[in-house]
Amino acid sequence: MSKAHLELTDVSMSFDTPDGAFVALDRINLKIRKGEFVSLIGHSGCGKSTVLNIVAGLLQASRGGCVLDGQEVNSPGPERAVVFQNHALMPWLTVYENVDLAVSQVFRKTMNRREKRDWILHNLALVNMEHAANKRPGEISGGMAQRVGIARALAMKPSVLLMDEPFGALDALTRAHLQDALMRIQQDLNSTVIMITHDVDEAVLLSDRIVMMTNGPAATVGEELQIDLPRPRNRVTLADNDTYVHLRQAVLSFLYEKQTFPGKGPAAASAAPSQDADTATTDSSTSSAVTKASQGSARTSTADTGQESARAEQQRAIA
Amino acid sequence: MTSIAKTDTDRLSGLAAMLRALAGQLTRKRAAEAGRQLLLPTLGIAVFLVFWQLTAPRVQTSLGAFPGPADVWKQAGQLWQEHVDQRERADQFVTMQEKRNARILAKNPDAVTRIRDYPGAPTFVDQIGTSLITVLAGFLLATLIAVPLGILIGLNRHFSSAVNPLIQIFKPVSPLAWLPLVTMVVSATYVSNDPMFEKAFITSMITVTLCSLWPTLINTSVGVSAVNPDLLNVSKVLRLSFWTHTRKVVLPSAIPMIFAGLRVSLGIAWMVLIAAEMLAQNPGLGKFVWDEFQNGSSQSLSRIMVAVFAIGFIGFALDRIMLMIQKKIAWNE
Repeated sequence: MSKAHLELTDVSMSFDTPDGAFVALDRINLKIRKGEFVSLIGHSGCGKSTVLNIVAGLLQASRGGCVLDGQEVNSPGPERAVVFQNHALMPWLTVYENVDLAVSQVFRKTMNRREKRDWILHNLALVNMEHAANKRPGEISGGMAQRVGIARALAMKPSVLLMDEPFGALDALTRAHLQDALMRIQQDLNSTVIMITHDVDEAVLLSDRIVMMTNGPAATVGEELQIDLPRPRNRVTLADNDTYVHLRQAVLSFLYEKQTFPGKGPAAASAAPSQDADTATTDSSTSSAVTKASQGSARTSTADTGQESARAEQQRAIA
Repeated sequence: MTSIAKTDTDRLSGLAAMLRALAGQLTRKRAAEAGRQLLLPTLGIAVFLVFWQLTAPRVQTSLGAFPGPADVWKQAGQLWQEHVDQRERADQFVTMQEKRNARILAKNPDAVTRIRDYPGAPTFVDQIGTSLITVLAGFLLATLIAVPLGILIGLNRHFSSAVNPLIQIFKPVSPLAWLPLVTMVVSATYVSNDPMFEKAFITSMITVTLCSLWPTLINTSVGVSAVNPDLLNVSKVLRLSFWTHTRKVVLPSAIPMIFAGLRVSLGIAWMVLIAAEMLAQNPGLGKFVWDEFQNGSSQSLSRIMVAVFAIGFIGFALDRIMLMIQKKIAWNE
């Protein structure tokens, strides 16, 4: 069972506070195939970023762990490259030098000067940013800087690409443009990607699987949704596609009916009171997404089939 | 045909005239803008001079009335003239010795000759030079101590907690309090038959260092400890070594803060220097002011006022130079 590319087992996170331990994450279980694009979606404060940081090795889980290619993750490393929300480029370095910092570090023993140069330019070309190689991050737009952040992460040749709301700070048009670029690159390189988002359309358009997280405290995986839309995907034609619309609705239903925005209180939760109760009890008793999905109403039937195929996919991957 | 051509040229010349007018308007606008930018500072200075001229004669001291702008201007010329005269005499003194040496050598080629330095007192301009060298030496020493120490403090939270109380206590100490201690320690430890530097120079320099290193120290440590957490995470993901991390991420990130600290430090260094020179008798601007004060002639106050303006202008110039260096080096400028 542990032959998955990346596997999170019973990952829990609690912080010590003066009022006792605060449980942020409770027993997250996740298996990810090689080349799979997985989105983590959930309301703000549900611990999506914490999950990503644990995979990145920037945070240590209180219990449980994360295994990548049979190796336990306990510190950060370039094989798990991170794309940060606000590009996180060194403002004093040019675009080229920023990618160079990563390439020179990761391939300092395996590439000569010329190979490094070619590799840097190749990755900048992937995101269409060679023209700005000698510009500083302050001189280019946010969207361009984010592309360079992606180029820097890709240049590390990571086994898993971790993206923390990579397009969250961008305007809608730029975001759409970068999403298309990311889809193309991911298809070319067949990279494994975990992306955090709270944009439903983005999640459905880009992902092979959407992992929906319940609200914190003690957040965990609520439901998983397999996205079996053929690739390459086109955002314009998909807008009319029935499957796409259903999948989108399933995610929306999870976010706005089962997991209402935290802080709205029980009054707003009355839209699906039984469901909330279910989640509350099942969260502590079992973390199996399939169990909960099967308890769901008829509206999540697509999610159920998604689950089935997800399991089938996993078994195929194992076999 | 001709009429069409005529209207064309008319149109062209009309266009040219319009362009000319536009250009004229632009330059006039720019001139007006520049005038406005010059006008207010000029007005400020003029009001100050008038106020000074009117009030100065009413302030009577034991050395006569307080000098007005004209007296000070006259003394500035006087000080410059003294410097030029002194230089001339020094040159004559040296040429005289050279001639004499040549005569001696002509008689006896094996004779050992030497040239003595001119023994006259340093002029105002010489004293400015001494002050500049002293302040730069003290400031450089302060930078060499404060930047590496600041990096260590910024990188290590425990070290920071340990030295923070010391910094807070020593930071506000006046140069006048340090000076006697520094003088005694320098006298006791810097003993040499052929000293490379004057004791007064060393004392002034160390006092300047002690008082001016704090802003750089504090700013460096804050800059180093306040690196954007995202950039720190990038460094972690790349597994940069401690040395590479410090050199490639921490230091560049702290550069703007360090420079802000250096500018404040240089300003303090220049202020402290005058006081230090007065008491340590280092032959710079501070000693000039003190000597004129002790001298007590009718021109003393005017000459001190010249020194006051010289100190002000040099302090301003030093700050500008630091700003230029900052613009060259710091990435955020």
